[in-house]
Amino acid sequence: MCLAIPGKIVEIIDAENFIAKVEVGGVRRGVNIGMLDDVQIGDWVLVHVGFAMSKIDEKQAAETLRTLQELGAYQEEFDQFKTTID
Amino acid sequence: MKFIDEYRQSDLALKLAEKIATISDKPLKLMEVCGGHTHAIFKYGIEDLLPPNIEMIHGPGCPVCVIPLGRTDDCISLALEPNVIFTTFGDMMRVPGSHTNLLDAKAKGADVRMVYSPLDALKIAKQNPTRHVIFLALGFETTSPSTAMTILQAEKDNIENFSVFCNHIMIVPSLKAMLDSPDLQLDGFVGPGHVSTVIGTRCYEFVPREYGKPLVVAGFEPLDILQAVYMIVKQISEGRAEVENQYGRVVSPDGNCKALEVLSEVFEPRDYFEWRGLGSIAHSGMKLKPKYAQFDAELKFDVPGLKVADPKACQCGEILKGVKKPWECKVFGTACTPETPIGSCMVSSEGACAAYYNFGRLSKIAQRSANSGVR
Ligand code: SF4
Repeated sequence: MCLAIPGKIVEIIDAENFIAKVEVGGVRRGVNIGMLDDVQIGDWVLVHVGFAMSKIDEKQAAETLRTLQELGAYQEEFDQFKTTID
Repeated sequence: MKFIDEYRQSDLALKLAEKIATISDKPLKLMEVCGGHTHAIFKYGIEDLLPPNIEMIHGPGCPVCVIPLGRTDDCISLALEPNVIFTTFGDMMRVPGSHTNLLDAKAKGADVRMVYSPLDALKIAKQNPTRHVIFLALGFETTSPSTAMTILQAEKDNIENFSVFCNHIMIVPSLKAMLDSPDLQLDGFVGPGHVSTVIGTRCYEFVPREYGKPLVVAGFEPLDILQAVYMIVKQISEGRAEVENQYGRVVSPDGNCKALEVLSEVFEPRDYFEWRGLGSIAHSGMKLKPKYAQFDAELKFDVPGLKVADPKACQCGEILKGVKKPWECKVFGTACTPETPIGSCMVSSEGACAAYYNFGRLSKIAQRSANSGVR
C-alpha cells in the first residue's frame, strides 16, 4: 500500500489549493502537489493516494511503470487513480 | 505465476545472486521491512535465487496487516453510527473484525465507501453537508502526510462534517521494536523505499550506531532488492555497519521537508499504539494534535477501543514478527485463503500469507522446509 504510480503534470488547475491535473496512462485527474517545491507543467511525479510525493525524471517514470506492471500492481493502482469523485 | 526467468533483467539478477553467494557463507537473517518488498520477493521468487545461508524475514511493513483486531472492530462500529458515511482505502474492506468486516457491514446497510484519496473523502463531506464523513486513515509515513494535508484543507474550507479515524503508524519505532525483540536475531535490514522518500535516510542511523546492524534502503525492482542484499552482505563481510541508500534516484538523506512539516503540524505521537503481533509499541502511532480535535473521530464518537485477542487458529502475530513462515500456520491455504481470510496477513496483497499463497506455492524453500517436516 506504499506503492506510487508515476504521472505527468499537464495543467495547474487550482494554484491556491495546490491542485494539478496529472496524466497517468491517458487518464487525467486532480492531484495535490502541495508537498513538492516548484512543480512545472511537464514534470513527472510519483503519485500516492492523490498526492504527488516526489519528482522523478522521465526515464525513471518509464522504469517505475514497467516495474508496477510486472509486479501486477499497476492495474490496481491505475483503477484506483481513475476513480474520481466529482 | 511469474518468477525471475520472466524478469526482463533476469541475467543481471542471476549474476548478482552469484556474487552474493561468493562474499559470505555465514548464515544471515535479513529483514525486509516494507510490504511492497515482500510482495516483490514472492512474486519473483527472490528467496530461491539467494544462497541457502541467506534467509529473508518478512517484516511488519504491511499497514493493513498490523491493524489489531480491536481497531478493526472500532472501524465497523464507527461505520454503523447513524448518519455516518465511512470512507476507507479498498484494502481494509475485507479485513476480518471479531464478528464481521466492513464489506458485510456495508451489505447490511452501513454507508461504507471506498476512496482513492483522503481528499476524495473530504469531497464526499462537502457534497453531503447533512451527513458526517469519517475517513479511516492508515499507513506509514508514505501516507500520513496526505491525511495531514487533507485535515489542513478541511480546516481552511471550514468543513465541519468531516473527521479522521487515525491509525497512522511510524516506521522507526517499529524497527526499534524488531531490534529489541529477543525472539528475533536479525543481521541486517532492507529499508523501505517510499516511506524513506518522506522521512529520508538519516533517521535510520540509530540502527548501525546503537545496534551495530546495516540497513540499506531499496527500490522495488528485483534488481534493487538483490543489490540491497548484496550491499548488506558486503558490509557484514567487511565488518561494517552503515546506512546505505540503494534507491538514491528517489530517496534523499533528508526526505521531504514539506511533508515532514505538515506531519508535525497536525499529528503527535501516541504514548502507545497496539500492533497486531508485535503488541503495544511506545510512540509508534500518531494522533491528531489537540488543535485539530474537531477532526478527530475518536473524540467525536464513542469508539469501543477494546483490546481483542486474535482467533486461536491465527498465527498472524508470529508471521508479522517474522518468527514463523506462512505455511507453518495450520489453516494456511485450507480454512484461510484470500477469498476467506481468517487473518489480516491473507487480505492485503502485501501480507506475507497472501503473497506466499499467490506466488509461493512452487517456492523451493517452502518445499525444502515442508519436506524436512517444519510444518
Ligand atoms: S494463514 Fe491466515 S490465519 Fe494463518 S497466519 Fe496467515 S493470515 Fe493468519
